[in-house]
Amino acid sequence: MNVSIQEKSDSDKVKTLIVEGEVDAFTAPQLREKLMPLCKDSREVYLDVSKVDYMDSTGLGVLIGAYKSLRANQGRLILVGVSPRLSRLLKITGLAEIIDIEDGA
Amino acid sequence: MKEKLRQEYAELLTSYLREKREDQLYAAQQMSKWMLEQKIPPEEMVSYHVAAMKEELENVPQAVLDSFDFLIEMMIGYGIAYREHENLLHRQKELEYEIEVAVGMQQTLLPDEPPTHSGIDVGVISVPAHRMSGDYYNFEDHGGRTIGVALSDIIGKGIPAALCMSMIKYAMDQLEYPSDPSEILRRLNTVVERNVDPSMFITMVYGVYDIEHHRFRYAAAGHEPGLFYQEKEGRFEDLITRGLVLGVSRDICYEEYSVDLEPGDAIILFSDGVTECRIDGQFLGRERFKEIVQKHLHLPAQEAAEKIYQEIYEKANYELKDDQTIIILRRPTDA
Repeated sequence: MNVSIQEKSDSDKVKTLIVEGEVDAFTAPQLREKLMPLCKDSREVYLDVSKVDYMDSTGLGVLIGAYKSLRANQGRLILVGVSPRLSRLLKITGLAEIIDIEDGA
Repeated sequence: MKEKLRQEYAELLTSYLREKREDQLYAAQQMSKWMLEQKIPPEEMVSYHVAAMKEELENVPQAVLDSFDFLIEMMIGYGIAYREHENLLHRQKELEYEIEVAVGMQQTLLPDEPPTHSGIDVGVISVPAHRMSGDYYNFEDHGGRTIGVALSDIIGKGIPAALCMSMIKYAMDQLEYPSDPSEILRRLNTVVERNVDPSMFITMVYGVYDIEHHRFRYAAAGHEPGLFYQEKEGRFEDLITRGLVLGVSRDICYEEYSVDLEPGDAIILFSDGVTECRIDGQFLGRERFKEIVQKHLHLPAQEAAEKIYQEIYEKANYELKDDQTIIILRRPTDA
């Protein structure tokens, strides 16, 4: 069970993280470490989760942390390539209504 | 004490060098265990050996004796590792004890038994994946007219989840009952939002069962939808709700829903650890969960909850990855 995270800077204020693998209690801290610094001074953070096989509630916790941090500076968190399973999880938790979701490219 | 040990070692060694018997080697094994208990470090052990050789044997070549000085130096590192290990064991025991106390405290946060009432049959089972649970549940009896039921899943497991659980418990104790489910969630959301780490969140379903009218009113904050079992049709309906998990945004309003129960109908609330239980590498899922529930629902609610859990636990090969809680509220066929 592993996760790999790649960063792509679209511009100073727009950042993209591409996440691959499983995001659970063991790997969520790695995602948090990469994601949180981007949220501090970006306007938009795209999180490409199209290659995420599994995300549990700890992973959702990281998304919520990122969402809150961006919201504090009028920024946006955008999820890209959400799987049906993750989509269901986001709907149940009500997060689908506050976090922007875009179809995968 | 040490002098005595040193002498015993010397005697055992010389008798072995003389007779080379198997039982003397066995005695040495026993002695090493005792030396460990007496916390004799390895370098000291070597020095006992050198002293014994010098005393008991003649003509030990000087090079051999010198080599022991070398060996003693080599053993010092092992001695340090050994003492560190001892310290860690001691600390682990202390932590174990603290966790044991915390587990006991957590148990006091959960009700011992579900409420008993002739107008409704209630059953509950809650099993932590590890020693401390992130699932919280509670019942309140509002003077025998209505029963409040709460089921909450706190993100994560173990000690952080347990600490958060005590906050939920005390926040709920401060609320006034009976109250609307949506209002309860709105107030809890405010408490959680103010008091938790940004990446922490809690899901909750709160419902009020009206024993006289057999109406279940409920609202949910991002919780796995419960099930409504209608006995006449023998089918389940998902208790779909809208509502954001607790602790993310301030000023959230929760929608209230309700269902009316006919005799034999039941409400089943559960944590997502139940449906996300892995069976042969696949999630149990809601459909298979419904099949298991239906099989046992004819039993009294408490027994049904236990049987359902037991069957899932067996199917999951006795391995729980997440805490599991199942609550059943059933309108008796004669009420």
